[in-house]
Amino acid sequence: MKLAAAALFLLFLGVSFIAGFQPGLETGRNFSLFTLDMLKILPCAFILIGLFEVWVKKETVEKHLGEGSLFMGYVWAFILAGTTVGGLYVAFPVSYSLYRKGAKLSVIFTYISASAVFRVPMAVFEASFMGLKFTAIRFLVSLPLILFSSILLGRYLKKRHYRIEDGENSLKKEKNR
Amino acid sequence: MLFFYAGTALLLLFSFIKDRRKSKQALIIAWKRFVRIAPDFILVLILMSLILAFLPNQVIAAILGNGTKWASVIAAALIGSVTLMPGFVAFPLCGILLKQGVSYMVLSAFTTTLMMVGVLTFPVERAYFGTRATLLRNALSLVTALLVAVATGLFFGELG
Repeated sequence: MKLAAAALFLLFLGVSFIAGFQPGLETGRNFSLFTLDMLKILPCAFILIGLFEVWVKKETVEKHLGEGSLFMGYVWAFILAGTTVGGLYVAFPVSYSLYRKGAKLSVIFTYISASAVFRVPMAVFEASFMGLKFTAIRFLVSLPLILFSSILLGRYLKKRHYRIEDGENSLKKEKNR
Repeated sequence: MLFFYAGTALLLLFSFIKDRRKSKQALIIAWKRFVRIAPDFILVLILMSLILAFLPNQVIAAILGNGTKWASVIAAALIGSVTLMPGFVAFPLCGILLKQGVSYMVLSAFTTTLMMVGVLTFPVERAYFGTRATLLRNALSLVTALLVAVATGLFFGELG
C-alpha cells in the first residue's frame, strides 16, 4: 500500500515536471525541502535513542518517570520536551523508547503534547513573529490542560489494560493482510 | 543545530571509549528503529508536501481572515489539524496573517492545532501507539487547542 502510494507520488511528480503543472512542481519543491529538513535531524535523534536504549537502566526510568514517580515525572516530561529537537516525528520514537524502559503512560502523553508546544528553540522563533505575550499565554494556558488531559488519557488506557505493543501489533496485522 | 550534532558525536565517542560492543549495539538499534518507521515518515512527508502545495497561503489567509469570530476559530482549528507544516514555515506565515488583521485568537487555534493535532501524522503515530490511543490523544489535543484559543482571545480582549 505504502509502496503504491510512493510510486504514484513519483509518477505525479514526473508528469508535473514534464507538463509544467505548477502545484505539482511546488509539491516536489516542498517534498525535497521537508525531507532535507528531516534528514538533518533524524540520524542524530535515532543515534541518541540507540545510546539511550543501551546505557540508561530500566530502573532509572521507572524511578523518575514510572508509576512510582509522582509530580517530578511530569516535570521531567516538560524538561525533556523543551529540549527535544525536531517535532512530533522525533517525539514519537523517543516516547516509545521511554515507555519500553518503564515510563508511565500519563508521563509519555505529557511529553508528546508538551514537545508539540513547548520546544524552547521553537518558542523563541514563535515569540519573534507573534510577540512574547502571545507565546506566554499559549504556554501558560496549555500547560495545565496538557497535564490534565494526559493524566486522564493515561488513566483511561491503563484501565483498559492498554499496552504500547498494541500499536506494534496493529502494524503487523496490517502487513499480514 | 551545530550544538546538537556536536553533542551527539561527543556522546557517541564517550560511549565507544567506554564499551565498544554496547555502542555498536546502540547503532544497530538506531538503524533498525529508523528503517522500521521510515515508510510511515515518507508517507507523512508526501502528504505534507501535497497539502501545502494545493492549499496555498492565500487560501489559508482568506479562510482565516473572513467570516465571523467563532467561525474563523473553528476553521483555523480544522485547517491546523489537517495541515502540517514545519515551524519555519508556520510562524512566518502567522506573522504575516497577524499584520493582515487576523486575530490572535484565530492564530492561536491555528498554531496549537498545527502542532498538537495531526491528521497527517496519523500513520506514524498509529504505528507507535495504536489506533485508539492516537484518536483519543488527538481529540483531547483539539479540545485543548480550542480552550487555549479562547483564553488567548480573552487576554487580548478579542472576545467582547
